[in-house]
Amino acid sequence: MTRFIWPFVVFVVLAGFLYVGLNLDPREVPSPLVGKPAPAFTLPQLQDPSKQFSTQEMKGKVWLLNVWASWCVSCKEEHPILVELARQNIVPIYGLDYKDKRADALMTLREGGDPYVLSISDTEGRIGIDYGVYGVPETYVIDKQGIIQYKQIGVITRQNLREKILPLVAELEKRP
Amino acid sequence: MRYLLLLWICLMPAFSYAGEAKDMAADPVLEKRMIGLAEKLRCLVCQNESLASSHAELAEDLRREVREQMAKGLSDQEIIDYLVSRYGDFVLYEPPVKSYTLLLWFGPFILLFLGGGILFLQLRKRRQTLPEAVLSAEAEQRAAVLLNNDKDPQA
Repeated sequence: MTRFIWPFVVFVVLAGFLYVGLNLDPREVPSPLVGKPAPAFTLPQLQDPSKQFSTQEMKGKVWLLNVWASWCVSCKEEHPILVELARQNIVPIYGLDYKDKRADALMTLREGGDPYVLSISDTEGRIGIDYGVYGVPETYVIDKQGIIQYKQIGVITRQNLREKILPLVAELEKRP
Repeated sequence: MRYLLLLWICLMPAFSYAGEAKDMAADPVLEKRMIGLAEKLRCLVCQNESLASSHAELAEDLRREVREQMAKGLSDQEIIDYLVSRYGDFVLYEPPVKSYTLLLWFGPFILLFLGGGILFLQLRKRRQTLPEAVLSAEAEQRAAVLLNNDKDPQA
């Protein structure tokens, strides 16, 4: 009888590992930037390229930086959710238009609505590299001190908005 | 005259010149150094490709970034540190030895020693449990006969 126990234990352990592995997403690379200051940048605004936007302006505010692009298919999925969130006036959303053509980006905003206070054009993807963007969409929650508190990799869903992002925003609002 | 013209036409290709595909960096030494470094880095989009061999747009951007930083005079280590601070240890093909990578680095050796140990113990146990072959007097006699003679007396 005992000779069957060891293979059985090995099987159970292996099956356990494989089961956990089923639910892991290898595409989700943990960001080392969480807990660090958001890289500063100054870039032209999408709507009016003659105006600049600088991260300096956001000191003292909790805000979302949403990386999007007109060519990004899954962005279309989260777009209505962002529009809805913007209407509720809970937290300002700023868009980083990543490696995009201006005309296409403006068209996307005209068609799907514009949830952003303003969007910034990162035509060459340089700010994207600074922020460790490796897929679009990605969303950063940045606190009043300018520290990145959370990075959402991939689409914002109603569920992770409700369970993760909004509670975090509410908590950060209370902090100085 | 006609032959001369023909000869001239035949020689024409020798004068034609096709430009090589332009190297991304003006400086081939720097480009080589960039490729060498990029081979040690992982492309984040197509995760099983190195930054050097990937055609993903992000990989191209990152190669440009590496190239620019090299042109600025940063060392390889400084560039690696920059990328790790952006993308985490994940960009490295060779993960650093840290507390949570110990199992990754040394797990295979632990398994090897464990397997070797079990094999050794099993073999020793087997040798102990196998009885020494004891021959009866009759069998011994027959074996002696067989060894000295081609013929088996009992056959």
